[in-house]
Amino acid sequence: MAATLDINGKSQTVQAAGDTPLLWVLRDELGLTGTKYGCGIAQCGACTVLADGAPIRSCVTPLEAVAGAKITTIEGLGGNHPLQEAWVKLDVPQCGYCQSGQIMSAAALLEASPNPTDEEIDGAMAGNICRCGAYQRIHAAIKDAAGQPAAAPAADEA
Amino acid sequence: MNAPFKRPAAGLSRREVIVTATAAGGALLIGCSPTDLVSAGSKVEVGAFGPFVKVAPDGAVTVVCKHIEFGQGNHAGLAAIVAEEMDADWSKVGWEHAPANAKLYANGALGAQLTGGSSAISNSWDQLRKAGAAARAMFVQAAANRWNVGVGEITVKDGMVSHAASGRTADFRELLPDAARVTPPEEPTLKDPAQFTLIGTDRVRRKDSRAKSTGEQVFTQDGRLPDMLVAMVAHPPRFGAKVASFDAAAAKKVAGVVEVYEIPSGVAVVAENTWAARQGRDALTVEWDEAEAETRGSAQILERFQKVAAGQAEPAEGEEWQAFESKGDAAAQSGGEALEVGYDFPYLAHATMEPMNCVAQVDGNKVKLTFASQGPTLDQLNVAKIVANLPGAVEIETLPAGGSFGRRATFQSDYVVECVHIAKKVGKNRPVKLVWTREDDMAAGYFRPLVHHRVKVLTDAEGYPKAWTHRIVTQSIMKGAPFGGGGLDETAVEGAKGSPYLVATPHVDAQLLTPDIGVPVLWWRSVGATHTAFVMEHTIDQLARKAGKDPVEYRRALYRKADAKRHLAVLDLAAEKAGWTEPAPAGWTRGVAVHESFGSVVAQVAEVKVENGEPKVGRVVTAIDCGTAISPDQIAAQMEGGTCYGLSAALYGEVTLTEGRVDQLNFDSYRVLRHNEAPRVETYIVPKPAGAHPTGVGEPGTPVIGPAVANALLVINKAPVTAQPFVKA
Repeated sequence: MAATLDINGKSQTVQAAGDTPLLWVLRDELGLTGTKYGCGIAQCGACTVLADGAPIRSCVTPLEAVAGAKITTIEGLGGNHPLQEAWVKLDVPQCGYCQSGQIMSAAALLEASPNPTDEEIDGAMAGNICRCGAYQRIHAAIKDAAGQPAAAPAADEA
Repeated sequence: MNAPFKRPAAGLSRREVIVTATAAGGALLIGCSPTDLVSAGSKVEVGAFGPFVKVAPDGAVTVVCKHIEFGQGNHAGLAAIVAEEMDADWSKVGWEHAPANAKLYANGALGAQLTGGSSAISNSWDQLRKAGAAARAMFVQAAANRWNVGVGEITVKDGMVSHAASGRTADFRELLPDAARVTPPEEPTLKDPAQFTLIGTDRVRRKDSRAKSTGEQVFTQDGRLPDMLVAMVAHPPRFGAKVASFDAAAAKKVAGVVEVYEIPSGVAVVAENTWAARQGRDALTVEWDEAEAETRGSAQILERFQKVAAGQAEPAEGEEWQAFESKGDAAAQSGGEALEVGYDFPYLAHATMEPMNCVAQVDGNKVKLTFASQGPTLDQLNVAKIVANLPGAVEIETLPAGGSFGRRATFQSDYVVECVHIAKKVGKNRPVKLVWTREDDMAAGYFRPLVHHRVKVLTDAEGYPKAWTHRIVTQSIMKGAPFGGGGLDETAVEGAKGSPYLVATPHVDAQLLTPDIGVPVLWWRSVGATHTAFVMEHTIDQLARKAGKDPVEYRRALYRKADAKRHLAVLDLAAEKAGWTEPAPAGWTRGVAVHESFGSVVAQVAEVKVENGEPKVGRVVTAIDCGTAISPDQIAAQMEGGTCYGLSAALYGEVTLTEGRVDQLNFDSYRVLRHNEAPRVETYIVPKPAGAHPTGVGEPGTPVIGPAVANALLVINKAPVTAQPFVKA
C-alpha cells in the first residue's frame, strides 16, 4: 500500500504496509541508510530519528503511526549542524555505527534545552548505546555545540 | 616492501595451516603453506610507488591500509607513518582498505592478512616507514634529474619539493610523471625520528569523523547493489543442532519473499527487502535435530570448572593439566599467611553495534564479497572450499565495520560462509546481503569463554608472595582452529604467564585445563587478559591489604624484584597524576591496577563509590607505555573506549545458557554500559626515546579497569570480588 511521508522537509510516497517499521522504510525504500538497525526493540537508540522534533526509535515505530508527522533523519541535519561540527572537531566517532542515533538524540536535547546540564545530557543520552565507549567525547561534543567551555585535552604526553 | 612471508615450520605438510599463539600476548601466528598464501592473493595492480602508496594525477596521496578500520583509528596512524616519511601534505593524504592479498598485505606479526592482537600499527611501522621513504626518494630523484642538481640539495615539506640554492620548487602533482618512472630504492634512507614533524602531534587525527557524523559512511548493513536480495536465516536454538525438517509454505506467502533454502547452518529466507526477509523468517516452521547439540547450562559448566580446579573432581578423559609457569616447589612450602580465592568469569558476547552481516555474489566458482572482513586470508580459505576454487579467486572488498572487538575474525568465517552458501543457491552473480538480527548475533556464540581461576598464595614474613599455586579452567579458543592447534593455549594464560608478580615469587605452580564444551568461543577485546589481569591484580591488592601495605608501594616492591621497569613507570605516572598519596575526593574511594598486554603496559587509578547498590566509577587516571605515540588523540580515544568496554563487562556483562540455550538475546537482558554510567578517563602517555617501536593500543586499555574498580570495592566492602559481573541481573 502507498503512504505519504514528510521526510527531511520533502514529501515522499512509499510502497509499504502500514505496520512496517519506519526504520526499514527509511533504509530500504528511501535509501536513507544513515539511520541504523541495532536491536529492533528500542533498546540501543541507533535508529533514532525525530518526529515533529521529538526523538523516536524508528525500529519499533510503524509507518502508520507517523502519518502527518515531520520526520528528520541524520541526512536532514544538513551536514554542518553545530553538533556535527563538534563531533568532527573532537573526533567523537570510533566505529561510528551508533553516531547517527547519538546525534539525533542530542539534537532533540538541544532543541528542548539549548544549554543542558550534565544531568540533562546523561538523561537524554542514556538510551543510546555506544559499544566503542565514545560516551565521554559525545558528552563533551554536546557541551561544545551548546557553546559551553571545552573540556581538558584528551591526551597528555607526560 | 612486501610483507614478510611466513613459511611453515619444517615437518608440516604443504597444505597444513598451523595456528599457534605467540609469546607476544596471545597474538596469532598463522603460517600458511606457500601455495596457500600465494594463491590467497586476488589480482592487485601495484602502482609505481608499491602496494601501500598511491599518488593521483592531482598529487593527492592515498595510503593503502592492510588493516580493517572498525573504530581503532588505525587508518590515521598508518597513513601518518607514510606521510611522515614521505613529507606529504597531511591535509591531502587519504586512505583506503587494501584488497585481499596475503602476499602483499599479510600482517607481519600474524603471517596472514588479519587484523588482531593490537598489532596494526606495530607490525606496519618499519614496512610503512620504508614505503613512505621510498616514495619520497622517487620524487626527490625526479626533481634532481629535472633541475640537474644533486639529490642531497633537495628538501621536501608538505608535498612541496624544493631546491633552496636555485629557488626552484615543484609539488607532487608536477613531478608525478617523472617520479613514477624512477626505480624505487630497495633500502630507502629513513628519517631520524628526532626530526619527525607529524608523528606524535595532535595533527594526527581521524579522517573519517565527518562521514561518520553525517550518515554518509557506508557499512555492510548499508550495502545497496542493483538487484540485491536480502537474506535472513533461522538458526538452531542450541549449538551443534541441525535442521531435521522445515515447512516454508507460510514464509513463501509473505509479500516480498523470493525463495527459501536449506543451508548447512539453518534455513534461509531470501527476500526483496529486509522487513520481508524478517517476516518470512518468522513465518518458518523448523524442526531441529538436537542429537549432537550442547545441552548443558552455564551454571552446570561453571560448577564443574570450580570442582576440577579445587581438586574435588577429576578431569574428564582426554583432558590434561598443562603447566604454564613452574619453578621451585610450591606444594612443599608452609607457614606464613595463606590466601585462597576462586574467581568466576561468564561467557561474554562482543555485541558490536552492527550485527554480523555480509554481501556475497556467486557466479559458478567465482565469488565477490563486499563486507567488513577482519581476516581476509581466513575468509578466502573458508569460502574457496564452498565454491571449489583457489582462495585467491575469492575477491573481497573490505568495508569499515560497526565494531568487531574480535568477532569478525573466526577460524570458521561463520557468517561469511553462511552468506556464500545462500548466494551460491541464488547464483548468477546476484548480490545477496545476509542480515543478522541482534538476536541472531547474540545466539550465535563465539563468546569470550567462561573461565574459572583458583589461586592459593603463601606469603613470607614481610607479606610478599612466597609460593603461588594457580589453576585456570576454561575452554580453549585455539582448539577452534580448523588446522593444527594443540599445545598450550597461550591465549588462556597470557597475562598470568609472565606476570612480574610470578617472576618475583620463588615458588610457582601454575596450570591450565581446557575442557571441551560445545559452545563456540573466540577472542574478545584483550583476550586472555580479560580474566588474567583481574585475577592477578585483585589478588595482589588482597595480599597488600593483608600485609598492611599500601597497594602502590606493594606493587613497586614486586616490580623492583622482577625488574619490571615499564610497570614501575606507568604505575608511578598514574599514581602521581591521580594524587594517590592525597585523600580521594569526599565520598570516593580509589583503586589501582596495572597490566601488560599486546606489548603495552597500562596503569589505572579509578575513583569509585557505591550508589543505589551499584558501583559508580568517576575519574579514571590512565598511564600507558605504548612506545612511540603516533596519534596521542587516538591513543586517548582507545583508552577511553577500552575502559568503557572493560567496565561494561566487569559491572554488567554476562551470557548464561539454560540447557544449552542462550538466555540473553538483546540489550534488554544483556546489559551494557550506558552514557550516564561512563567514567571520565584521563590519558597520560609515558615519554619514550624518539623512534621507539610502537606497541598495541586497541586492547590494552580494556582489562585494567575491572580490577582497579574491584580494588576500590575491596576497601569499601572489606571483601574481595570473586565473580564477574559485579552487578547481578
